[in-house]
Amino acid sequence: MNDSPVLVSIQGLKKHFPITRGLLLRRQVNAVKAVDGISFDILRGETLGLVGESGCGKTTAGRAILQIQRPTAGTVVFKGLDLTAQRGESLRAIRRYIQMIFQDPFASLDPRWTISRIIGEPLRVHQIGTPQERQARVEELMELVGLDRMFNNRYPHECSGGQRQRIGIARALASTPDFIVCDEPITALDVSIQAQIVNLLEALQDRLGLTYLFIAHDLSMVRHLCDRVAVMYLGTLVELGGRDELYRYPLHPYTRALLSAVSVPDPVKTRSRPRLPLTGELPSPINPPAGCRFHPRCPQATPECQTRTPVWHESSPGHWVACCLAK
Amino acid sequence: MTQAASLLEVRDLVVEFRTLEGVVHAVNGVSFRIRAGETLGIVGESGCGKSVSALSVLRLIPQPPGKIVSGRVDFDGRDLLQLPKAEMQAVRGRAIGMVFQDPMTCLNPVLTVGRQISETMTVHLGLGREEARRQTLSLLEMVGIPTPELRCDDYPHHFSGGMRQRAMIAMALSCDPKLLIADEPTTALDVTIQSQILELVKRQRDRRNMAVIWISHDLSVIAELADRVVVMYAGFIVEEADVFKLYREPRHPYTQALLDSIPHMDTAGPEELRVIPGSPPDAMSLPPGCPFAPRCTFAFDRCQRENPPLSSAGRDHTAACWVVAAKRKPP
Repeated sequence: MNDSPVLVSIQGLKKHFPITRGLLLRRQVNAVKAVDGISFDILRGETLGLVGESGCGKTTAGRAILQIQRPTAGTVVFKGLDLTAQRGESLRAIRRYIQMIFQDPFASLDPRWTISRIIGEPLRVHQIGTPQERQARVEELMELVGLDRMFNNRYPHECSGGQRQRIGIARALASTPDFIVCDEPITALDVSIQAQIVNLLEALQDRLGLTYLFIAHDLSMVRHLCDRVAVMYLGTLVELGGRDELYRYPLHPYTRALLSAVSVPDPVKTRSRPRLPLTGELPSPINPPAGCRFHPRCPQATPECQTRTPVWHESSPGHWVACCLAK
Repeated sequence: MTQAASLLEVRDLVVEFRTLEGVVHAVNGVSFRIRAGETLGIVGESGCGKSVSALSVLRLIPQPPGKIVSGRVDFDGRDLLQLPKAEMQAVRGRAIGMVFQDPMTCLNPVLTVGRQISETMTVHLGLGREEARRQTLSLLEMVGIPTPELRCDDYPHHFSGGMRQRAMIAMALSCDPKLLIADEPTTALDVTIQSQILELVKRQRDRRNMAVIWISHDLSVIAELADRVVVMYAGFIVEEADVFKLYREPRHPYTQALLDSIPHMDTAGPEELRVIPGSPPDAMSLPPGCPFAPRCTFAFDRCQRENPPLSSAGRDHTAACWVVAAKRKPP
């Protein structure tokens, strides 16, 4: 074990989905470049937010990091081990320490399994403990996430959305992971339940020393929860920085537009906020625009932006940006 | 404001769904009104009855299992609940336009977008094909769809989510309605597209002096465009006030808790979000007293027994809460 502050290091990660044509002579005609070369570090014990519009590749990025979908290129180094180079048994062994909480608490739980079987599955898969110890661990996990023990033998359909998400969290925690990718864990929940789950995630992090990659599109919740925030646009990172720095002094025009589009629950403030409207919609990730991918929608684009690909660089300590206009 | 000035007045609306498992009490005596040109926000969590209330105005809830048990819906001097079917048909899409949450399931996938928009106008306004197409093109342009003459003949699956919602708005506005009912129209959209749609609706509302009922679970969106806000919980209205007042001085414990449970992006909020313990009651077996009492930190014995009526909580401000009623000093 090393003492480096970096828990997960991602370099040049790409995930392309091929588009093929022809039945017998299948050939690849193009690719959906869902994630197209992203590099960043996730620090031990932090919550890193990954935000962007739908279709920007944030979920695919999370899945590629965990090797749920094998990346097309790039490396993911976790505790000194390159996950992209692992196969079979060695990859299975490492999965114990990297887990995921899914967006849809309805689709991610097997409807025919009891709650205790769902939560205990990672323990069985990784052959942790005896059956009795596993059952005890399941009960401990249920208590940890605030689920009543009477749910033990119930089925997912008997639970509310918030309870299902607690089950998903308990399952992710079962094998005592170090790193959890939370893929929009609160999006499908009601407002009053969202706060319960967010507080639970925070409490668990304090208690168990977890590291989160928190994928979300709710920028208010990200500001509340995350230590650092990365902004993604069309398969690439456009900005990454400390939470307060990024929200106060966004460098990339896309980050600025994204932040200005958020409504706040205060009629006086929200109606007086200056808006930087984004025109148009996300271009296709099959043929992303040349140069800077944001230039067709960028209010500050110069002719140079159409041809020059911006370099991902550290503009000030800890504040990364990819924009030709940002110093 | 006098009663006569109301464009729409819903009184004591009760809606039930009679299912095999039992009767779901979706809306339990809801009254609200809206004046011409005014925007009413209806806010609440899923299952609180906000959509059912709005759909009942247009008699769009499936009957059976749904049933509008009692109440009146006065629109422009007529009780919509008593209208014959054919006359009701003439109100829908004509005097009252509607925009739904999921534009993909509301557009017909086998008809072009242009045809669906023109259809509204040929049916309600008796326009000819040529004229309807001309109007459709200008509507599509108005809602911000680029090159409408090309996109008009596209099918809904060619459109992105934001564009479908624009097309739905174009359709809803095509007959120049007096009232637009929008049921969570931006929930499925990204913040950037949401803010475009909000701007579009605001602009059209102001230009046409159109009244809007905007249903949402998102307090930030309601803060953005409502004039007055109704907060619903378990099929009851628990608070109603002017938008500025409601966010500044929420009186009902539920509204207060709801506002405290969401992070405010512009201010460094409290470390921990306030949590409303438990979850909303089952609409099949509502508690006898105040529906929020089991989750309320201020609840006392009366709250468990009797359901509080809406009572004054300040000027133009009502709340259904025994605690508020007890504290209220005479003005």
